[in-house]
Order: sequence, then structure tokens, then C-alpha cells
Amino acid sequence: MEIAQAELTTQTEPKTTVSVTGSVALLEGLIAEGTEVVFGYPGGAIMPIYDALYDYNDKLQHILVRHEQGATHAAQGYARTSGKVGVVFATSGPGATNLVTGLADAQIDSTPMVCITGQVFAHLLGTDAFQETDVINITTPVTKWNYQVTDASEIPAALAKAFYIARTGRPGPVLVDITKNAQMQLFDYAGYVPCDHIRSYRPKPHVRKEYVEAAAEMINAAKKPFILFGQGVLLGSAEQEFKAFVEKSGIPAAWTILGAGAIPTDHPLNVGMLGMHGNYGPNVQTNSCDVLIAIGMRFDDRVTGRLDKYAKQAKVIHLDIDPAEIDKNVKADVPVWGDCKETLPLLTALVEAKEHKEWVAEFRAFDKIEQEELIQKELHPEGDELSMGEVIHQLNELTKGEAVIVSDVGQHQMVACRYALFNKTRSNITSGGLGTMGFGLPAAIGAKFGTPDRTVVAVIGDGGFQMTLQELGTIMQSGVDVKIMILNNQFLGMVRQWQQLFNERRYSFVDIKSPDFVKLAESYYIKGKRVTERADLVSSLEEMLNHKGSYLLEVMVAKEHNVFPMVPQGCSVSEIRLK
Amino acid sequence: MSNSNIENNQQQEFTITVYTENQIGLLNRIAIIFSRRKINIESLNVSPSEIEHIHRFNIVITETEEVVRKLARQIEKQVEVLKVYFNTNEDIIWQELALYKVPTDTIAEKVSVERLLRENGARAVVIRKDYTVFETTGHREETDKLIEVLQPYGLIEFVRSARVAIIKDSEGFNAKLREFEREKPGQDVIENEYLDSEKNVFTM
Repeated sequence: MEIAQAELTTQTEPKTTVSVTGSVALLEGLIAEGTEVVFGYPGGAIMPIYDALYDYNDKLQHILVRHEQGATHAAQGYARTSGKVGVVFATSGPGATNLVTGLADAQIDSTPMVCITGQVFAHLLGTDAFQETDVINITTPVTKWNYQVTDASEIPAALAKAFYIARTGRPGPVLVDITKNAQMQLFDYAGYVPCDHIRSYRPKPHVRKEYVEAAAEMINAAKKPFILFGQGVLLGSAEQEFKAFVEKSGIPAAWTILGAGAIPTDHPLNVGMLGMHGNYGPNVQTNSCDVLIAIGMRFDDRVTGRLDKYAKQAKVIHLDIDPAEIDKNVKADVPVWGDCKETLPLLTALVEAKEHKEWVAEFRAFDKIEQEELIQKELHPEGDELSMGEVIHQLNELTKGEAVIVSDVGQHQMVACRYALFNKTRSNITSGGLGTMGFGLPAAIGAKFGTPDRTVVAVIGDGGFQMTLQELGTIMQSGVDVKIMILNNQFLGMVRQWQQLFNERRYSFVDIKSPDFVKLAESYYIKGKRVTERADLVSSLEEMLNHKGSYLLEVMVAKEHNVFPMVPQGCSVSEIRLK
Repeated sequence: MSNSNIENNQQQEFTITVYTENQIGLLNRIAIIFSRRKINIESLNVSPSEIEHIHRFNIVITETEEVVRKLARQIEKQVEVLKVYFNTNEDIIWQELALYKVPTDTIAEKVSVERLLRENGARAVVIRKDYTVFETTGHREETDKLIEVLQPYGLIEFVRSARVAIIKDSEGFNAKLREFEREKPGQDVIENEYLDSEKNVFTM
């Protein structure tokens, strides 16, 4: 049952209502919110919604995943490339509990997502009914907000609130649990009214000009200022504002892995990646700068290393939309609360145009050391074995930094983040905070739906791929074009690296056997190829990129290769090791 | 608060006052902010506030000011939380209510009831043939003291409520709400311009 748009938009006139089911109201609401695609999996308690969806085929695309976790990661990938809210459908009980990993990932990485779960009939709540689980309480710690609907009339408002909360302020995942009776119930529907404020919710802190002024003063007086930027720049769609700030102030800027691409990799003031496996210069210089300007980043422990030895010499300016991030890990001398799209231009107007030539040159000197001692060997290895770095390097040569790179979690992720070129924003899709193995494949599916015109390359390890490989079925059925590159080192490489470095090579359960990935792909009607020789690498990458449709390329890489540089756990960032 | 750094790093009792919407599940959302960090809630009271539909939490924990400030920000971050305050014991007036059940015969025989009540600011709520229930309100030490006094006379049952606290400096939340109605709200209130625009307020 569909409703004419005219009936939905006559808000000012005496309200005309139509009698519809809760399910129809839900779908109308999703369309009104601009939802293009839903990733989901049906089941008993969400059947009324799927029944209504049957009539909405032309308006709302539904992608049938193979596991609900895959739906959440796909929705995340979609949200991360498109900047829109990812939408997930799942049934009650096991369907809902399978969302937990994706919710936790989206929560820690601030990804806007709305999950709709079916629930048992309201009169059965708390009776241990078939496929009943207390999804609201299970998901409370991993959602920005959640709500249980037991009456159809609540659906439009609950959905409006869900979208508003998911996408505003510091974005995050929300979950709306709808009992089966509410999905089926007919009610007088007066049309969908989007939500634009909630009185107890302050998505954007009021910008205090005096703090912006104090920050500008501090920056203008600085001899060695250093910018750290994170995903906040992307989430605030403030890439232009950020670039303007960096270029006017002339301050070198380094990124967290989720901030990658906010300015292009080859920008003269982009000095590289922060953190445990980040670049040499930015890590060392953190402990020699005099003013640290953190923008939309949260000082994760993988970025800071040992906190009591982190940037102690520097004054800290922290720009963040979330007041709870200020002083959470690193004390800010000047907190600038607010949306960086708003605060950055204010700051840019007040900072003096400068070139910190000598200071930037210091970073480049560190780069030179890192290039000579490490990067050149990684990108152009002498032995026969392929290195992960050279695979990414060759991929860069072909994509010219235009592709979306979706990575899973582990060594290949760090290598991809370190070496992939990003000309554009929203190009590095990875599980940052939660480190969710299995994220890559489903996230790549969603990433492609979020940006259909761009090439999406999923870079995945042999371990992570086996966690969600069933989503090959989703690729097969939806026909989505995803280039899958498995970097197979026949180990759970990152854990193996730690065991080698810190546990005297006591390789405990990191030796992982894999199926024939190419045959596996073929069984899903996806073309595949395995590369073992350097001579075949470039042509195989070309074949993958030029292939119409999805393609799986398995690259056999060095078994015991380590990711360096590395800030060992418990060490200061300036104690970063090149080997 | 103008405590020195040394005092900031010392654990002490803090009373956290939270103004919230009345929403199912919010108690859990707030409680897990503490349990996630393995912080014990020593006392918790939830009741309606002076404003209709707005609830007030009183949460008592022993922690450093730095930790409490971070907790307060995490609580205020929750969608349905309006405002969070945290105060040391010097900043608040607080009370706890306690009930004591004792056998009537022993009390009548051995104790001068009148003196006992007067000394401890207690009163008898119920006097029956078999038992008597006394009630007192006060600080923890005061209610504890009466336990000691009554223990020798066969205290049958004892219960104490959570702490309820009034902030000395506070002009109440009503004042804050009224400020929102002004044309030019102060810096502190501009952060939530919608707080009292009743007709524009989105409710479910």
C-alpha cells in the first residue's frame, strides 16, 4: 500500500490522515529521509515490514546480506563514502544480537546508522517468547540512542528522532526496536515530519569566540605548531575549511587513520600518519612541537602511545564537537567546542598567514630517513617474496589515488593506510576504533553503494576475509562491483608480529589455513586469480581493475613480514622504532 | 569550584545531580556509564523534579574531581539528559531517611523511649503490640548512630533511603528554564536554545 505524496505534504491544512500499518509508515519515513538502500535480513518478527517492502521495490532498494553483521558493516561502508545515514533491517533475537559488533564499531567510529529490528508482540515482551531478546538493553552501551516502539502511532516520530540523532552532532548508530503488533497495526497516519530538534539534546555546542581568539593567539605565537586531524573534519564536511586553515597558517598536519584523505596525501603540508604504525616524523615531532592543534580527533591510545610522555612540552588546542572528548585523554589548554565547519573559518580568519619552512623541513628530514631505512625496502623489496607495501604501491600506480580503499583489520590495514594514496576525501574506509576483523568485505559492498561511480578496492587479510566471506553471496546476488584483494600471508599477521617481537616467537594459534579463495570466488560466480610472482602482479592488478564486475585477487605475500615503524605498547610516540 | 590540584586528585564524596527527560531505559544508560568504568554507585535516587515531566537523579560516588568531571560529561552527552551538576558535600544540603523496627516490649521495658527519640531526632511511625517503627532523617553518621543505640534492644529490621540533595548555590532548574525564554539568554543557557520553546519541542 502506497500513499500519494500529496497526502503526505499537506501539513499546514487541517491534517488529513490515512489509515496505514506501522510498516508502511516506517517505509514512507525511510523514503522521506532520503534512504536509497537498506541492508537487511528478514525473519519472523520483522515479517510485516518485509511484507510492506514487497510493494516498495521501485522506491527503496533492499540488499539481502548473508549475516546481519554484514548488514551493519555494509551500512557503515555506505555511510562513510556517501556521508548519509546507513540503514539496516534485522529480525528479533539472533538477528538483533548479530548487529552488536557493527553497532559497537559504528559507535566508536561515529558512523551514522539507523538499525530497525523486529521484536516479538508487545504482549509477549519478557516472556522468553520465541526469538525474543532484550535488544534495547543489549545495545544500550553501543548505540547513541535506542528506542522500543510498541504502538504503530509512535513509528513516524521515533524514526524521525532516530535519523536526527544519528546524523547530527557527533554522529553515531541508533536502533529502533518495533514490536510485531506495531508493525501490523493500522493507525491514522498524518504524514512524516522530520525532526530538527530535541530539547534535551545539544548536537552543536555554542561556539565561544573567546576560545577561538585564545587559540588563534596561541597559534600566532607558536614557533613549532603541529596539526593533528581526524575523522571530525570528514564528518563535519569541513575539508575545504580545513584546507584553507592549513594553507593560511602554513602548519604541518598529520592524520589519524579515519582522518586520511581530508587533504590529499600529496599535499605539501600533509606530513603523514599518526600512531602506532604511523610515520616517523609526525610521531617524533609530537614530542617536540610547541603548540598541538587537534582537530576532530580523540587521542586514541593507538595514536598517543604512552600518555604521560605525550606532547608534555606542548600547549594543546582541541577542536571537537563532543564536549566529552575535551580533556578525556589529553588535557586541552584551549578547548574549542563546536562543529569544525563553523570553528575552522573563525580560526582561519584570526591566524596570521605564515610559512613554517624550517619546521616543515624538519618533518621532511624525518621522511627522508624513513624513506631510506624503511619505505623503499618495503615498496621495492629485494627478495622474491612480495611485500604488502609493494602491492599497495602498484595499486596506487594504477588507480592514481582515485579509488576508495576499504581495509579490514591487521597488518594489511596498517600497510594500506600507510601507503595508499588518497586524492579525495571519504576514500579510506576502515574499522578504526574497534578493530573489527571481518569489516572489510561487507563494508566494501556498502561503500560501493555509497559511491557507485568510484572504484572500490577491498584490501583484506586471509584471516579477516574468513570472518565474513559469506558476503560473497551478497556480491553475487546484488551484482555490486567490488574489487577484492586478499593479501595472504598465511598467518594472523599482526598477532604473529607481536608474538615475534614481544613473546619470543611463541606463535600461539596464529597459523591459519585458508581455502582456495579463487575457487571459492568462482563458486559464487565471481572471477578470481591468485598471484604468487612479482612478474604477474601489475598485469593482475590491471585485470582486476579493468574487469567489469566484482573480482577477487589473492596475492601471496611474505609470510613473516612485520609492519614498521612501530610505537611499542607502553612506549612514548617519540620512541618509535624503524625496525 | 576552586580546589587546588592536590585536592582535585583526592577521592572524595561527590553528589551528581542529573536533570533528565522521563524515559524508559535512561536509568540503565546512566548506570552503565559508572559500571563500565568499574565505579560503584553508593547511593541513587530518581524522582520528579520541581518541573513537570523532568526527572532528577541524585547519584553519590567517591572519586576524584577529574574523574567526576569526565563522568558528568559522559552523562550529559546522553540524548535525554538535560543538565548535569556535580558537587562536594560542602556545596549541598542532603538527607537520608531511615526506618528501624524494634520489638515493642523490650523498648517499653528497657528504654526511655522519649529520651531516645529526642536525642536522635527520631519519631515513632508505628507502635503496635509486637513491634515499633522509628523513623529518622539525617546524614549517614546520624542514622548509623541510631542503629548502634537500638542494636542492644533487638533491632529487627533497618532500611535507609538513598541520599536526596539540594545544591546550595542552585536557583533551581526553573530559573534556568525561565532564562531560556528571554530574548538574549546568557552564555550558559544559549547552549540549548530549544529548552523551553514548548510548542516547538519535539516529544514522543
